[in-house]
Amino acid sequence: MTTIRIGILAVQGAFVEHERMLRALGCECVELRKPSDIDRVDGLVLPGGESSVQGMLVRQLGLFEPLRREIVRGTPVLATCAGMILLAEKIRNDPRVYFGTLPIEVDRNAYGRQLASFRKTARFDRLGDFETIFIRAPRVVKKGDDVRTLAVVDDAIVAVAFRNQLAMAFHPELGRDDRIHRRFISLINARRDALNLERQKRDAAENGGGDENNADPRPLS
Amino acid sequence: MSDERTESDARIELNRGLAQMLKGGVVMDVTTPEQARIAEAAGACAVMALERVPADIRAAGGVARMSDPKTIRDIQNAVSIPVMAKCRIGHFVEAQILEAIDIDYIDESEVLSPADDVYHVDKRRFRVPFVCGARDLGEALRRINEGASMLRTKGEPGTGDVVQAVRHLRKLNSQIATLASLRNDELFEEAKKLAVPFELARYVHDNRKLPVVNFAAGGVATPADAALMMQLGAEGIFVGSGVFKSGDPAKRANAIVQATTNYYDAKLVAKLSEDLGPAMVGINADEIKLIMEERGL
Repeated sequence: MTTIRIGILAVQGAFVEHERMLRALGCECVELRKPSDIDRVDGLVLPGGESSVQGMLVRQLGLFEPLRREIVRGTPVLATCAGMILLAEKIRNDPRVYFGTLPIEVDRNAYGRQLASFRKTARFDRLGDFETIFIRAPRVVKKGDDVRTLAVVDDAIVAVAFRNQLAMAFHPELGRDDRIHRRFISLINARRDALNLERQKRDAAENGGGDENNADPRPLS
Repeated sequence: MSDERTESDARIELNRGLAQMLKGGVVMDVTTPEQARIAEAAGACAVMALERVPADIRAAGGVARMSDPKTIRDIQNAVSIPVMAKCRIGHFVEAQILEAIDIDYIDESEVLSPADDVYHVDKRRFRVPFVCGARDLGEALRRINEGASMLRTKGEPGTGDVVQAVRHLRKLNSQIATLASLRNDELFEEAKKLAVPFELARYVHDNRKLPVVNFAAGGVATPADAALMMQLGAEGIFVGSGVFKSGDPAKRANAIVQATTNYYDAKLVAKLSEDLGPAMVGINADEIKLIMEERGL
């Protein structure tokens, strides 16, 4: 199996922390600053930072369309804090919308200024207890029916999954616990398997020149 | 007791964490809500709320103090990005006031007149984070020991001359490299020479970096200055007088923001440097009488 290649949005914010964690898990990381950087990536990371700055730079540097295309196409995305705001369909206290690919509504700076930032142990879907770090964090105030809740803190939804998108209001990249990054990698592996399967089906259909039901749908490896 | 310990550990993590979120960004000095909105729209990752920018503090002379809390509040209400404000070196009551008005970051700054010529604020007693200036590794680690959760070079504020910021960052980098190259048994003596706690010296030795984020500040006036500091290893930029003392603040601010992100892309920085109008006039750092960088060692 070839190395997983992850594109990390690197226009502003805490992208190096994600890189360090993903490299330690054996991934290859590429920092995305211009459109040509988005080349054969298996996954995308939208890091924490200031969403207004990242959102502006993504447009000014021509990254908006190619990134949105990758997300819509199904490339797995891990979004933390500002990244969650960039994905959200709606921001309750801000008229701006960025990628808008995740059917949630978020409240920006939902807890207040820095003095309201906090750390708490939360239960994360299938992972159990997870130390969460909230820094001037957003929270989910509304979500679409097919958006799955992954974690709740003080009655607020703070982590969700929707198709290829994994988004959370806190910062798993700041701690030492890499289980969320591992889950992101398994999402990438699952997609790669699915894509391989599709390719094999297509090849079999072309080579066999006939009924594609005859093709063995299982990957060979 | 153990709860207190956990709470203070959490604050350190959260406060260093906010600085990590600001990385790759530009913090801009603003004096009015209007300027704050311009800075935010141009892509500032935070604003520094001030009564006067350093160049005007220099021109006006006299004692420079913390800004009127009302000025700061008006700026807090004007933007959604973090708002920082300055207190005088050692003036822990100004710091208490800034914490009381829910500021996001306090800059214990040599730009203002020092209130104490020996002691800095004991920043460990606060929940709110502090950023401090440093010219070398000794100053940097002493500020961290006092509780700073972010650093910046001092540079020479209000001059538009980047030479001191370059000098400070180069010195810091080379001292980090030297420290990292030492044998373990040499660290004790080096910590003593630097006048810093052994544990912090050991952290830098083991990790080849500071335990907190370090920005460049003091004299950055152009996109090229910002890219220069980033290539030298700064993790972000403070622009003081450079934006609102120039001909076209909004355009220059945005150009500096983009150059800070794409600091290795000379073609882009060239384009960003076009048609910016006059930069702040500036004054050579060796022509000035008031040397702010020598405040607070």
